Amino acid sequence: MPLMSDLSTSMISSSSSAFLAPISFNSRAQTVSVPVKSINIVKCVATPQEQQTAYKTNVSRNANIAKLQAGYLFPEVARRRAAHLLKYPNAQVISLGIGDTTEPIPEVITSAMAKRSRALSTLEGYSGYGAEQGEKALRAALASTFYRKLGIEDDDIFVSDGAKCDISRLQVVFGSNVSMAVQDPSYPAYVDSSVIMGQTGQFQKDVEKYANIEYMRCTPENGFFPDLSTVARTDIIFFCSPNNPTGAAATREQLIRLVQFAKDNGSIIVYDSAYALYMLDDNPRSIFEIPGAKEVAIETSSFSKYAGFTGVRLGWTVVPKQLLFSDGFPVAKDFNRIVCTCFNGASNIAQAGGLACLSPEGLEAMQEVIGFYKENTNIIVDTFNSLGFKVYGGKNAPYVWVHFPGQNSWDVFSEILEKTHIVTTPGSGFGPGGEGFIRVSAFGHRENVLEACRRFKQLYN
Amino acid sequence: MYKLSACCSMTCGISFQPKMVLPSLRVQKQGNGHCTNVPRNVNLEKLQNNYLFPEISKRELNHLDKYPNARVISLGIGDTTEPIPQKISLSMANYACALSTADGYRGYGAEQGNQALRKAIAETFYKDVVIKDTEVFVSDGSQCDISRLQLLLGSKVTIAVQDPSFPAYIDSSVIIGQAGDYQDKTGKYQNIEYMLCGPENNFFPDLATTPRTDIIFFCSPNNPTGHAATRTQLKQLVRFARDNGSIIIFDSAYAAYITDDSPKSIFEIPGAKEVAIEISSFSKFAGFTGVRLGWTVVPEELLFSSGFPVINDFNRIVCTCFNGASNIAQAGGLACLSSEGFQAIHSVIDYYKENAKILVETFASLGLKVYGGVNAPYVWVHFPGSNSWSVFTEILEKTHIITVPGSGFGPAGAEYIRISAFGHRERIIEASRRLENLFSKREALFNFVE
Repeated sequence: MPLMSDLSTSMISSSSSAFLAPISFNSRAQTVSVPVKSINIVKCVATPQEQQTAYKTNVSRNANIAKLQAGYLFPEVARRRAAHLLKYPNAQVISLGIGDTTEPIPEVITSAMAKRSRALSTLEGYSGYGAEQGEKALRAALASTFYRKLGIEDDDIFVSDGAKCDISRLQVVFGSNVSMAVQDPSYPAYVDSSVIMGQTGQFQKDVEKYANIEYMRCTPENGFFPDLSTVARTDIIFFCSPNNPTGAAATREQLIRLVQFAKDNGSIIVYDSAYALYMLDDNPRSIFEIPGAKEVAIETSSFSKYAGFTGVRLGWTVVPKQLLFSDGFPVAKDFNRIVCTCFNGASNIAQAGGLACLSPEGLEAMQEVIGFYKENTNIIVDTFNSLGFKVYGGKNAPYVWVHFPGQNSWDVFSEILEKTHIVTTPGSGFGPGGEGFIRVSAFGHRENVLEACRRFKQLYN
Repeated sequence: MYKLSACCSMTCGISFQPKMVLPSLRVQKQGNGHCTNVPRNVNLEKLQNNYLFPEISKRELNHLDKYPNARVISLGIGDTTEPIPQKISLSMANYACALSTADGYRGYGAEQGNQALRKAIAETFYKDVVIKDTEVFVSDGSQCDISRLQLLLGSKVTIAVQDPSFPAYIDSSVIIGQAGDYQDKTGKYQNIEYMLCGPENNFFPDLATTPRTDIIFFCSPNNPTGHAATRTQLKQLVRFARDNGSIIIFDSAYAAYITDDSPKSIFEIPGAKEVAIEISSFSKFAGFTGVRLGWTVVPEELLFSSGFPVINDFNRIVCTCFNGASNIAQAGGLACLSSEGFQAIHSVIDYYKENAKILVETFASLGLKVYGGVNAPYVWVHFPGSNSWSVFTEILEKTHIITVPGSGFGPAGAEYIRISAFGHRERIIEASRRLENLFSKREALFNFVE
């Protein structure tokens, strides 16, 4: 790990090399979330550590956070990976776990960010605080690129530093007195942010669910779309399509039903479309393609998986003017208030990159990179198919959802890691509905993906 | 689809906020628009007005509409104006370019921040007080960190703030559900302890008369008053927190502006690690207001009443509700903390401090009571007996200068105006000229000169 031991030497020239120190594996080797040396302090468990003689404040711990069962899923996967590396320091670990992009960002995009950076050193080019909602040009470009003809206007769009942060900001808007539904399995930030916000009851170990959250089971049997006739009404419905982790993409017909369901119940859909550009089939890419959706839905999306901006940090949320709380108050007004008070805008340099992404050249370049990851996905799908597994997803999303019937997914995860040095993500990390499944992400250098598939074949043949 | 019914309240006793400019937030559904059945968050209903700074922006825009040819000078929102030193922006540019290469590409970074940057922050700002890099959490700025800290603490804690104070502490507290209703009469939210800070108590609260709260927000050097707490004052504060089992959230965003030997970090005070969190920012330090970079220090020694380390929960929040500051911004941060970058940044800070000096001299020469401007880029001017929104409006109308009315920072700011010292030198000088012109005319509203 690069450590800056001597600050007095010019860190300008060495800083970038420290930052860019080559890593031998294609993942977050030196950026593991849990620093190894203080692993006994920053644990991912909820048990209190009594310290008899140490001074304690008289401030009670937030009971909501105490409800969380373990660390957030992905740092936990990272922790296991780090532990594995300690055990096998020479292993060529391949990371198909955390969905982290690996391919360089197209030059048309980075050059725009470099240009904006340099401009910040000039009188004409310097800019301070930006609008918290995002730069006008970017909001306009997002509207015209993704929501043309859908009646979404520039000022319905709020630029952010990514979907994960937006999810929490939306929870802050909603507050603790709303109920929510999630798909089961689903991206863990929906559930975890709900617990933190105080919307849920305790975790029930027998069913592996938090009380007061409606888990909408999505399985191969129901085509990964919940049976809405059995779903209880909740205020908020989180829905991700193309889905992380299952890779399932909802059809127009399904989304029409979802919107109707929300309308009938007076619910708000929070629609996560972060993987829309991975869609192969002719399914809706935005919830707003469905008539009436503007009155029942918010859409959140991200540049992370489109432009490799996982580290650059840029996303957006659409809150239509037509979306109203029960008293008629526009949701967008409250979201704006949160954005102005709890946030201060996405980095101006990242936004310059975002604008370049949406230029014709940028869009083409992004499609190329997306195409590359999709080819990875095909290779992984073919591999597991050829091994006789029931494989889902992989067509409309960069995730492959592999069924291991009757098996505990953390056990499968561990076995795969131990025997092939491949990191995946255990399905149960996404909810009880993920038990018996493994999520294999398709982000990676081609040679790593090919090598991983070779190892899978060896293990399972 | 919906209509906004204008609030009819034009005068409400001591008007801490000019309610007449803001339509009521109550709307009535009209026509066939669908309303969901989701109740609005009652905490957001409690908020009295727009967040302060967008309101100031709005006023500026309205003014420009009215006087399209006016050369408006913004000394309102504390927005940095001078270019970022080249070495720093170049390092960001290089980092961005490297993202297009196989070797230089980086995806997700650690949510807590880049290791080298965490270390550099610890070594630059906390070397003598021994804060570890693992206790430093890099962020996209203080405004976001304040809300993440509120998420950490939850709705059941009580807070104290200085009065006046940076509005995000109060607003985020209301939003998260810690506060009661707003009381028009006092200009305060119930359940929040407002610790008066004024010239009469040397801008440090009388702790002997301050009830216990779980959390104490304390900003030094202070926004808006500019006061930097002395070592003695901070020792008292730490003692107070210790005696009450409270947690101080110490905002040191302006530490680099300190001229005298006032403490730059709460951790300079012995025992502070067991009672305090510190937040800070590259915004006013490096002109990163748009680039977005800051940090929060949560010492390992800071424990909840159960003995559970606060740092564990903050880490959980950071991993779940955040995904790290932009890697490009972090590269810039690292460059800021190199010896060359650090030096260049201090030149810019000195520039703003010189601006502050000019403004202080201007007001002082007019016989007005001026505070701050020595350890912070804010000048706090007293107009006894006035209504600060009226003074704000008068200054804007007559000199086309944007300031910030003190009541935006709390009821104790009601007679004050905050002037920020960020701006190109020639504009500061021009602003001073216009202000001299205005006040020396001794307009009826401004007869506060002794």
